[in-house]
Amino acid sequence: MKTLFEKIWEKHVVETLPDGTTQLYIDRHYCHEVTSPQAFGGLRARGLKVFRPAQTTCIADHNIPTVHQELPIADPVSKNQLDTLAQNATEFGVTHYGLGNPLNGIVHVVGPENGYTQPGMTIVCGDSHTSTHGAMGAIAFGIGTSEVEMTLATQCIMQRKAKTMRITVDGQLNAGVTAKDIALYIISQMSTGGATGYFVEYAGEAIRNTTMEERLTICNLSIEMGARGGMIAPDEVTFNYLKGRTFAPQGEAWDKAVAYWSTLYTDQGATFDKEIVFDAAQIEPMVTYGTNPGMGMGISESIPALDTINESSRASFEKALEYMNFEAGAPIVGKAIDYVFLGSCTNGRIEDFRQFTAFVAGHTKAPNVTAWLVPGSWKVEAQIRAEGLDKILEAAGFELRQPGCSACLAMNDDKVPAGKYCVSTSNRNFEGRQGPGARTILAGPLVAAASAITGKITDPRAWIKETTSK
Amino acid sequence: MEKFITFTSTAVPLPIENVDTDQIIPARFLKATTREGFGDNLFRDWRYDKADNAIEAFVLNNPTYTGEILIAGENFGSGSSREHAAWAITGYGFKVVISSFFADIFKGNSLNNGLLPVVVSKGFLAEIFASIEADHQTTLTVDLENQQVTNNATGACESFDINAYKKSCLVNGLDDIDYLLANQNKIEAYEAANA
Repeated sequence: MKTLFEKIWEKHVVETLPDGTTQLYIDRHYCHEVTSPQAFGGLRARGLKVFRPAQTTCIADHNIPTVHQELPIADPVSKNQLDTLAQNATEFGVTHYGLGNPLNGIVHVVGPENGYTQPGMTIVCGDSHTSTHGAMGAIAFGIGTSEVEMTLATQCIMQRKAKTMRITVDGQLNAGVTAKDIALYIISQMSTGGATGYFVEYAGEAIRNTTMEERLTICNLSIEMGARGGMIAPDEVTFNYLKGRTFAPQGEAWDKAVAYWSTLYTDQGATFDKEIVFDAAQIEPMVTYGTNPGMGMGISESIPALDTINESSRASFEKALEYMNFEAGAPIVGKAIDYVFLGSCTNGRIEDFRQFTAFVAGHTKAPNVTAWLVPGSWKVEAQIRAEGLDKILEAAGFELRQPGCSACLAMNDDKVPAGKYCVSTSNRNFEGRQGPGARTILAGPLVAAASAITGKITDPRAWIKETTSK
Repeated sequence: MEKFITFTSTAVPLPIENVDTDQIIPARFLKATTREGFGDNLFRDWRYDKADNAIEAFVLNNPTYTGEILIAGENFGSGSSREHAAWAITGYGFKVVISSFFADIFKGNSLNNGLLPVVVSKGFLAEIFASIEADHQTTLTVDLENQQVTNNATGACESFDINAYKKSCLVNGLDDIDYLLANQNKIEAYEAANA
């Protein structure tokens, strides 16, 4: 009797040392411009080649502008990093989707949507949100640059086997609650470090009922509670999503793959190091009030009072509220905001844009809000246009930008100014994450849409009620 | 990688919980293509104001705190997988970070750069903070061979865990790539068996 994690892990062990350190074989490796140059540099210094070039895909995403990608990049330092990725890919014979390539986009959006990511795989990338790919029933996790170099050089890394945790979300979600809210709720209950050392499998009725893209959102945020990764057993939802995608197996190979993938589930009676159960009915639209993703709450709730916080955590709690200029014990709904960001590897897929667009259709963006709508990839962008969502957004006062990581980490020009508030569908509300001094409120696409229209933090459920009663 | 040897040093206290890698090295400094120079921007936005003036209240700007050991609050290094965080800390001159809890990826990145993350109990950590507050010249001794850290102000000593493989890498100054390259025949055998 084995868990899903154990089944995939054991199949990828090349060797286990006496102390438990494992030489783990990696099936698929994604590379981006920020965490790979020193790794390629390391290969060069040691006179090594890329061991299995077909198993690595390089994609430019962190640094790229989200307007005028057809023009030369203005920032010379960003340009150098992007050029370096392109040169490294050419020199070492690795596929590269750079600017202008129709397969360009955020690595964690591009991988699944093109069928690179498949059930049963081990997947790494020098990016903590690699946990995203676990949604398709893979072991996927973020690595550092030294490990990027190891993967390039040997298709293996040295790892300690994580402990296993199952998070079960029973029951059904209430209306107006999105996959992002499930994840932010779980993280708020677990805290920002609560799953450190564990690989998490998500299960239960509420998880089974999600779409493939919703699963990607949930697994994406696993790292925000410290988990090594998150995963969901593949099923018909996964297979239907993958079928026919460019790099998915075709024909006979497809049938064979599905037969194997269908064995990838946690056996009845298999045990986890930790089991946690939540009730989907308890989850409402979520927002964060502090400076880590664990500092989240239901949108109708108030920020915790100081005396409810552990003594050892109070200094950090007060520091966070001071940074956000929020008051302990106060509600958050109705606070004026300045920016809205829809996008990132968390919420930059077509379903996120459909949700956001359906909500703002027929309304107008608040004049005090600057909204950045950034598709996760060019394929998502094309789908937005094919469905005419761009026209609806335009009529509501929104414009679409070009794909990339954008304001999630503000490595390009998409920076929220100091002191300004941004309702963001991204994954981190750390100090300065969206620009020095920027104040981030993490939320799902519906809270973002409602807040973009009213210009203040708005419960999408209340807003639906108000507008329908008028 | 440099060999890690037992040493004694004063320490710099940072008693804040959940210090994420965006604080250790903000994203806008990740555009370099080499490993050098990140130490200058370690804790950049806590260390300098918008006009690049040193913020006096921040511990790295207080000349009475020095040393090769950083003492940090619980859950140090959460967030991004950027190895630049480890490069910034080693680039600044730290060889050891002591906390009651580290984020997984940061811990791995540190070990791959000869930076030793030492996990101690919450009580032992609180005592270290108290000793340093009472006397900024308090020294700690980190003994990797015997896996022990000593607070020389109180004489209290605690053992810490490190797996045998990583310990041997640090002590001998070897890295994972050296090991993996030597194991290439096993990788090829694995591939052949799983094709």
